[in-house]
Amino acid sequence: MSGESTYTPGSAFERWLDVRLPILRLAHDSFVAYPTPRNLNYWYTFGAILSFMLVVQIVSGVVLAMHYVAHVDYAFDSVQRIERDVPYGWLIQNIHSVGASMFFVAVYVHMFRGLYYGSYKAPREVLWILGCVIYLLMVATAFMGYVLPWGQMSFWGATVITNLLGAVPLVGESIKHWLMGGYAIGNATLNRFFSLHYLLPFLIAGVSILHVWALHVSGQNNPAGIEPKSKEDTVAFTPYATMKDAVGLCLFLLMFALFVFYMPDALGHADNYIEANPLVTPPHIVPEWYLLPFYAILRAIDFDILFIDSKLGGVLAMFAAIGVLFVLPWLDTSKVRSMRYRPVARQFFILFAITCAALGWCGGQTPDRVLLQTGPYVKELIDRNGAVIATVDGQTADIATRAAQQRINALGPNVAETVRTREPYRFTVTQLSQVLTAFYFAFFLLVLPLLGLRERPTQIPDTIAKSVLRAHDGPAPAGGKALAYAPRDGAPPPEA
Amino acid sequence: MAELAAEQAGAGEAGEPTRRDFIYIAAGAAGAIGGAALVWPFVDQMNPAADTMALASTEYDLSQVAEGQQVVIMWRGLPVFVRHRTAAEIAAARRDDGVALKDPATDAERVLQSDGKPGKPEFMIVQANCTHLGCVPTFGGGDFGGWLCACHGSVYDTAARIRGGPAPTNLPLAPYVYTADTVVKIG
Repeated sequence: MSGESTYTPGSAFERWLDVRLPILRLAHDSFVAYPTPRNLNYWYTFGAILSFMLVVQIVSGVVLAMHYVAHVDYAFDSVQRIERDVPYGWLIQNIHSVGASMFFVAVYVHMFRGLYYGSYKAPREVLWILGCVIYLLMVATAFMGYVLPWGQMSFWGATVITNLLGAVPLVGESIKHWLMGGYAIGNATLNRFFSLHYLLPFLIAGVSILHVWALHVSGQNNPAGIEPKSKEDTVAFTPYATMKDAVGLCLFLLMFALFVFYMPDALGHADNYIEANPLVTPPHIVPEWYLLPFYAILRAIDFDILFIDSKLGGVLAMFAAIGVLFVLPWLDTSKVRSMRYRPVARQFFILFAITCAALGWCGGQTPDRVLLQTGPYVKELIDRNGAVIATVDGQTADIATRAAQQRINALGPNVAETVRTREPYRFTVTQLSQVLTAFYFAFFLLVLPLLGLRERPTQIPDTIAKSVLRAHDGPAPAGGKALAYAPRDGAPPPEA
Repeated sequence: MAELAAEQAGAGEAGEPTRRDFIYIAAGAAGAIGGAALVWPFVDQMNPAADTMALASTEYDLSQVAEGQQVVIMWRGLPVFVRHRTAAEIAAARRDDGVALKDPATDAERVLQSDGKPGKPEFMIVQANCTHLGCVPTFGGGDFGGWLCACHGSVYDTAARIRGGPAPTNLPLAPYVYTADTVVKIG
């Protein structure tokens, strides 16, 4: 990776192995001696947390697959059986379903951290793109996994998402039927989703290895966003990063356990405890929370754009929302990596984070929910002379219409000739989603490209060591004491 | 080795492709085409299987549906509305034949049999999945006396024509023919 290997085989066996398969050397150079910037904060522990979550999901998933039956007649019951009858099935099932949510919590923190500290900028573009690929695979895996319990949300979520593909011109219908293996979501779909849900995590594991490889070639970014210049700027991966990751992981597992043991269904939907029924659509279909922002973007496009109809437009916008991440390294024109030294960009970043959260909220609401209304719907009943004889109002168009009808009936026949309606201005969830979607894309396509050309960053520290020492405002340790210990010989560090 | 080197050297000097170049390209092309051909079975296996396709038709006795009632039957794994329309519903649909529609169709066209013969206006037989994203709309909602899809707010009238919301087209007719006075074969 960077620099020469510092591995020295300790035993005769290690020496024997080292010239045949230097796997211990690789592990030592990658996870023990590997230099990490000394200023990494807790936001940087989520990479390790994500690796851990991938293992959790694969292990719990493999176990669940021993009890799960991928058939439309048995799938729902088999999941119930896992929760009720299989020894510790309740625990393993909860770990897997909550684990999916926790996986996404961690990946979103990880992504926002990368965004804030500019971890996507040269020379880490490939690292970032591999991360985006992992995220896409995660979304696909989570979507297919959510179908497996075969509840109402599973079925109708799958129906809505596969129908998205039908929006593609010409070949959409064929692709849809090809994906579903029939004319509707059915047994063929369930089986292939199970197969792919089992496969994709191993692809994620593979891409994760490439991700770590790319990370170790370019070196880790850090909160200061500057490259390590001397040994003073780095510490050894073990014990420093290892222990920090372990502490972060423990805190994360506290939250994980809280959900697993006390509110395993808090992040799901009650509708998914009803077995899938192709004849009845639940009144309100929503995806899992981690996909809500993209669902809001999908629904925000309720208008045609030139020759693109609203359905295709929504699908394109949704995929573009993820696609834009792939080209982010070339959109941000700023030479400064960390937003710590970009005061204006930092404020836009906070706005962006709020936008994403708000989009998530919008995705969970019914699209026509009214957020603001300037007043009631007013109906004026007018007689044949054009004079207003009565005025009724109501909070919704329906209520006002009904009230007007009642008044007309009460007035008797032929008194009110016409009804004039005055509609208030209404601001709905869809309109809020449109504003937020516009900002989401503007952040990537306008703010980051233009801001980098115009802004004046604040003073960037010369070295990582200086940034740490200044931040803590303490006396400088003589000669970078933290680094006086190099774990070359495996000896314990000197007492500080 | 010597021959190979000589042949390559010869090719380099004359710029003429040699027999060996031809063999390389031919072998490579055969391998690529063979590999690509093998991909197709693995792609095509995901398409609807023969038994799924075989489920493509179903019969239904319309006399079970009272006036003003609607039943939902399954055809090819998809729900189909069979609605016995009231005279008022038919009238409402016909009245709107002339207005500007997103997906224009007259009420008579909406009860056409799949062989092109006119159907019975009182029986509206349409596929029940909203043309937006596939939810099943409920009857009695919306401003047109027909169906409302609660998922994303698409509104259909009593002829199941799209009148509002994001759905692009009318609910598609289930292809049916009358095999007897009150029996239809769908598919």
